[in-house]
Amino acid sequence: MPRIFGVEIPGRKRTEYALCSIYGIGLTLAREICEKSGIDPAKKADALNDEELSQISKLLQTEYRTEGDLRREISGNIRRLISINSYRGSRHRRGLPVRGQRTQTNARTRKGPRKTVGAVRGKEARAAAKSGK
Amino acid sequence: MARSIKKGPFVDQHLIDKVERMNATGQKRPIKTWSRRSMILPDFVGHTMAIHNGKTFISVFVTENMVGHRLGEFAMTRAFRRHGAATDKTVSLK
Repeated sequence: MPRIFGVEIPGRKRTEYALCSIYGIGLTLAREICEKSGIDPAKKADALNDEELSQISKLLQTEYRTEGDLRREISGNIRRLISINSYRGSRHRRGLPVRGQRTQTNARTRKGPRKTVGAVRGKEARAAAKSGK
Repeated sequence: MARSIKKGPFVDQHLIDKVERMNATGQKRPIKTWSRRSMILPDFVGHTMAIHNGKTFISVFVTENMVGHRLGEFAMTRAFRRHGAATDKTVSLK
């Protein structure tokens, strides 16, 4: 199994699909990389020689933001939104959808598994709930 | 869809006038505005904006990071009063 870019280990697939297992590389960019480095996208990733591998990793390092860098950039963007106290930041903070989707139903991707909230009845129960918070 | 770059940022003219007047005289007072749709320009940095949320004015200190956002993004129009909190009123209804 070839290793590209440190830890990426694309399997026995065509190069264009193997590259997609790198975070930040989709099919479009994978094909672009193949074209730029002159590699046949249909060639199996196992069959790539050292020279081709180094060519790919050089391209990835110079022209594309992938893996850790990309993750850092994204979380940095989110942190900025939160730090300036914008509406979008507050949606991120609460784990609710950010782009104006409905939340009465659905939105399960952001909200996670359903949690039932109900009214706390009775004076003692309410006092207990309050102090627990 | 994002706004065309050709058009430039949208800011209400009366807001630009207000900020320019403030910058020209060098004073820093809160700027009251209803124009939530206006984009924050670099000129606004350092000013305090009192942004209307439909009911009251929320004062927001504009920092460099906010440039390019709309004023309305910083003045929430809804107040969330948590779920499941039984008040005396809801209990007496039962």
